[in-house]
Amino acid sequence: MSKTLMKGNEALALAAIKGGCTHFFGYPITPQNEIPEFLAREFPKAGGVFLQAESELAAINMVYGAAAAGGRAMTSSSSPGIALMQEGMSSLAAAELPCVIVNAQRGGPGLGSIQPSQADYYQMTRGGGNGDYRILSLAPATVQEGAEMMMMAFDLAEIYRTPVFIVSDGMLGQMMEPVEFHDRPLRELPEKDWTVVGHGGVRPPNTVKTLALDPTVLEQRNLTLQAKYARIATLEARHESYRTEGAEIILSAYGSTARIVKNAIDLLAEEGIAVGLIRPQTLWPFPVAAFAELPDSCRMILTVEMSCGQMVDDVRLAVNGRLPVAFYGRSGGIIPVPEEIAMKVKTLLGRA
Amino acid sequence: MTVVHARSKGLTDRETHYCPGCTHGIVHRLVAEVLVEEGLLNEAIGCAAVGCSILSYNYLNVDMVESAHGRAPAVATGVKRVHPNKPVFTYQGDGDLASIGTAEIVHVAHRGEKITTIFVNNAIYGMTGGQMAPTTLPGQKVTTAPDGRDPAHAGLPLRVAEMIAQVPGAAYVERVSVHNPAAVRKAKKAIRNGFLCQMAGHGFSLIEVLSTCPTGWGLSPIESLKWLEDNMIPYYPLGVLRAPEEA
Ligand SMILES: Cc1ncc(C[n+]2csc(CCOP(=O)(O)OP(=O)(O)O)c2C)c(N)n1
Ligand code: SF4
Repeated sequence: MSKTLMKGNEALALAAIKGGCTHFFGYPITPQNEIPEFLAREFPKAGGVFLQAESELAAINMVYGAAAAGGRAMTSSSSPGIALMQEGMSSLAAAELPCVIVNAQRGGPGLGSIQPSQADYYQMTRGGGNGDYRILSLAPATVQEGAEMMMMAFDLAEIYRTPVFIVSDGMLGQMMEPVEFHDRPLRELPEKDWTVVGHGGVRPPNTVKTLALDPTVLEQRNLTLQAKYARIATLEARHESYRTEGAEIILSAYGSTARIVKNAIDLLAEEGIAVGLIRPQTLWPFPVAAFAELPDSCRMILTVEMSCGQMVDDVRLAVNGRLPVAFYGRSGGIIPVPEEIAMKVKTLLGRA
Repeated sequence: MTVVHARSKGLTDRETHYCPGCTHGIVHRLVAEVLVEEGLLNEAIGCAAVGCSILSYNYLNVDMVESAHGRAPAVATGVKRVHPNKPVFTYQGDGDLASIGTAEIVHVAHRGEKITTIFVNNAIYGMTGGQMAPTTLPGQKVTTAPDGRDPAHAGLPLRVAEMIAQVPGAAYVERVSVHNPAAVRKAKKAIRNGFLCQMAGHGFSLIEVLSTCPTGWGLSPIESLKWLEDNMIPYYPLGVLRAPEEA
């Protein structure tokens, strides 16, 4: 198949169709509008259902209903909209309903800006919703990777019966890159015998619920969820390593920031300074193992984010005091340039 | 021995947790009977809402999904868009539907979703212990308006059926009561009309059922029925507010 030039948001939308999505519910918000606009146009032709909801609260609850009824449902939004969806996320996780949620992050807090940001890391990995739950979060760095992750996301959601985040941002969503679509690898999916579809008079009624007033029942349910999360953590944590061999400092960055960090690493290499990158491709589960196998040459970790420092917490937990962990970030919608990251590295090495 | 009256197949064998004299149980039975009589029981999908009726899935013999507080109409929309030909309903209280869920109920009607909402209005928050609802009557004493609802402070009660009836996508809207046998028969007819309207594809249907909450009201079951008749019906007049035009 040949490559086509596509906007990140549109590639995600097309990948959702190719990934077997059946229902989309969403509410307009910049910078993700190309996703619902593409789907409003293209989804019905492919037999899918597109519906604009009255709010993000409604959208996530429509996703909940559609998933409970056996649909492969998704929504997409951006930071303030994701904030409104947190009640629904907690319910989706508790009811173990498969679905996909795109967050094209923008500057915050509050209404913030419509420029790219990564300040929703806590929101997506720590949960803004109530209770002990986790959401599998896939973090692409290119339009191509976004499309591939999106095509996988619906199957992952069904295999683990969990909501899945596609972690994007205003930059990844708006940029145009060549993208190629391959057939989605066929995976064996569990039978959905828990859906509400009408009992047909042939079985006892199914109930999709999260209320568990008996504490022993709820604790047991939580332990079952935790066991599932442990399985996901073992099997699904992913990362990319870039020029880590012989690196004096290893940088850690995800998504669009990781691309800029790669440019900074190449700049530094030209000056004979060896630095590398560990790029988490899943934010939860965090690729802890990647930080256990650091080369002997590495003296320090530098986390770079478009935030005031959020993922750096997970990096510190993964490094567990073995090395110093520094942080460099820009926020409010400002995109760091490779030169300023390179300068930060040189300062840390005392070679500025 | 001849069986004169049997438990509806639309109900499970479980004993309900409702207080003595609470009319939620009557409304459950009416929904169950209508689903059985119209041949809809096997295909029906219900959306339970936060409130005393959240456990309705333990009593109604249909597949059901529990919804977060106020969101049942959005959940039902998701269900219906996956199964456009199956009967889908929500069962909601007045705190759920008329307070926290006002946006969802207006927009489910606005889109003309082919869904039936059973709206149980007992003029109070039952489950949380008798706080003020948007439907609480002027002067009615509730735990968060201990001297009675003061309209100058808290406004006048919301008439939901009237409000929804003027949304273009609403096809059938009726307010009924269950305070005596004649009213119960009318309520059942209304619930039937709601489901028939849905299955005929006319649009959204809402049946507001005036209901008692003896515990929250601090009255006996009998006094509650009388209080409903004397106080609620004058403010919330019964009747059909919207119906599809006859062909
Ligand atoms: C988000 C959220 N806020 C508040 C509550 C607490 N709560 C549970 S039931 C209820 C009121 C239900 O009242 P109503 O809808 O009138 O139903 P009734 O119990 O009277 O039948 C409230 C506020 C909740 N469960 N979720
Ligand atoms: S508190 Fe009120 S609404 Fe709830 S079960 Fe008791 S009587 Fe019924």
